[in-house]
Amino acid sequence: MAGASKAVTDSRANLPFVYRQYSAEQLREVLHKMYLIRRFEEGAEDSYTRGLIHGTMHLSIGQEASAMGICMPLGEDDQITSTHRGHGHCIAKGAEVKRMFAEFFGKTTGYCKGRGGSMHIADVAKGNLGANGIVGGGIPIAVGAALSSKMMKTGKVVVSFFGDGANNEGAFHEALNMAAVWKLPVIFVCENNGYGMSTSTARSTAVKNIADRAAAYSMPGVIVNGNIFSEVAEASYKAVERARAGEGPTLIESKTYRHRGHSKSDRNRYRTKEEIEDWMSNRDPITLFENELREFGFIDDKGIEAIRGAVAQEIADGIEFAKTSPSPEISETGNYVYTEQA
Amino acid sequence: MDAMVRELSYAQAIQEAMAIAMDMDERVFLMGEDIGVYGGAFQVTGDLVERYGTERVIDTPISELGGAGVAVGAALTGMRPIFEFQFSDFATLAMEQIVNQAAKMRFMLGGEVSVPVVMRFPAGSGTGAAAQHSQSLEAWLGHVPGLKVIQPATPYDAKGMLLAAVADPDPVMIFEHKLLYKMKGPVPEGYYTVPIGKADIRREGRDLTIVATSIMVQKALDAAATLEAEGIDVEVVDLRTIRPMDKQTVIDSVKKTSRLMCVYEAVKTLGIGAEVSAMIAESEAFDYLDAPIVRLGGAETPIPYNPELEKATVPQVPDIIAAARDLVKGVR
Repeated sequence: MAGASKAVTDSRANLPFVYRQYSAEQLREVLHKMYLIRRFEEGAEDSYTRGLIHGTMHLSIGQEASAMGICMPLGEDDQITSTHRGHGHCIAKGAEVKRMFAEFFGKTTGYCKGRGGSMHIADVAKGNLGANGIVGGGIPIAVGAALSSKMMKTGKVVVSFFGDGANNEGAFHEALNMAAVWKLPVIFVCENNGYGMSTSTARSTAVKNIADRAAAYSMPGVIVNGNIFSEVAEASYKAVERARAGEGPTLIESKTYRHRGHSKSDRNRYRTKEEIEDWMSNRDPITLFENELREFGFIDDKGIEAIRGAVAQEIADGIEFAKTSPSPEISETGNYVYTEQA
Repeated sequence: MDAMVRELSYAQAIQEAMAIAMDMDERVFLMGEDIGVYGGAFQVTGDLVERYGTERVIDTPISELGGAGVAVGAALTGMRPIFEFQFSDFATLAMEQIVNQAAKMRFMLGGEVSVPVVMRFPAGSGTGAAAQHSQSLEAWLGHVPGLKVIQPATPYDAKGMLLAAVADPDPVMIFEHKLLYKMKGPVPEGYYTVPIGKADIRREGRDLTIVATSIMVQKALDAAATLEAEGIDVEVVDLRTIRPMDKQTVIDSVKKTSRLMCVYEAVKTLGIGAEVSAMIAESEAFDYLDAPIVRLGGAETPIPYNPELEKATVPQVPDIIAAARDLVKGVR
């Protein structure tokens, strides 16, 4: 913890995990990234409304602490698989918003050269093996990546993000079982936002907590408040340590909430205005984290304003970059179906 | 000096190819159900687990979807898995990973990744295993851009095409007819490849082109031998790869013989025969045709258990002979 004197460190002894584990600078960067995720998605939504982005998108607004907390203990070489609600994971793993905007705008400068869009956003260089349009599709792939890590002895840990909907897919169960049997360095992260599209977990899932399912695969099942950054990061930290030590997988259930609908077609008929309002007003992950940072003396109002200003500029620059980037040529539609061979 | 050529069975040829691939490249490993100490349901992996250990010959749980996904994930991150399905029918359990993930990953990510996975599918009828263990589903996968789909018909091709598949940067699906596993043929020792995407003219002839796949290649050759005695000179084209298809070899053959028959075991409609026929109809070879194109394919039923019914559901040598006679004599 660079720069923190013994007195400062001691004064943190009773604070939650992240305030003991990470420097003030690192934590301010987390706040910066949480704002970046929020404003990126607001920017994407606005661009969609203006007709600059087509198709659809699944916003993770309200789930920023979950993405940031899980990725906090990961190194750049560690890998993730993500979901259709994957913008936050992508930014948390180190992606640049300008190339994400460019992808959403379908431009050649996007991470997938305009071929993938929101639902397949990836940043392979930073270890994001890709969002996935198939619920549960990335879970066995993450286990395969963890198998590579074990066989090639790279020491990489792989995180598989998925939602509560995916926990009722066969792929989830098959993948967790294999990861446990083979003791692979993988962490299964279920971001339980309460609804698989319109169907609540109460109506879809036989167990009360998805983490309970870990018992069936002899791995630790950990429940965290997904809107409290420190809780998420602490659980992830322990799971990463366990994975790196060769002790096998962990299932983390991060209980959270999406403020927006499932996708752009959602009319929110399955939940009440009061419920949404409650989560937005009282349990917003950015507000909660920001208040803690301020309370514990890691940032002041000026610092917060500086972060908000910097993020606003990054978003504006990113959208401009996307707007002015070139579209792929129609003649290149067939590219990347197969590996180009000399 | 030429490599020593031995007689090997089709299954032995595949096993030898896998051993060579593992010797040459430490990233290559095998995954599948009961491929270890059991040796595989058809004894194709045999004793490889004794030679390469359980870390490179991995028995999976009975989890086709998850297993296929693990293979895709391993391929995506630098390994070279060869994944064995116990029966090709079980591809239905894993279609998500094959069709949505393996086939599309490179494209969706704008060329940033590749998925060099090989999947092996023991396919076809003739073993009395009835409707859920006897299908020929290669055309299903052949419909998916991003996959390569091959059907070697001889021990020589089985080895060479498997080694080509392992070397290929993209996902390659290999359909192996179960009745071919015991077929013997000449196989050179050591490393060689047979290119994916190239058909092979297995018998030259003037009167009729038979385009056949997998086990139907040998049946077509047997039929051709009988027809030769009747003065009908058949050219047999072994398609070998159904995606990407070697159109030119078929077109050239039809231009020479002016007649085309397609013979394949999969259900006749909406399959390889339709594709080859349409491809010829769209090509310059259309003007050379002297007779309507004939397709001989599987019956429009599931594969039955009763052995006589089972035989009757797929083209047999006498069916090919009869159809060829009619085609050449202009009965059709």
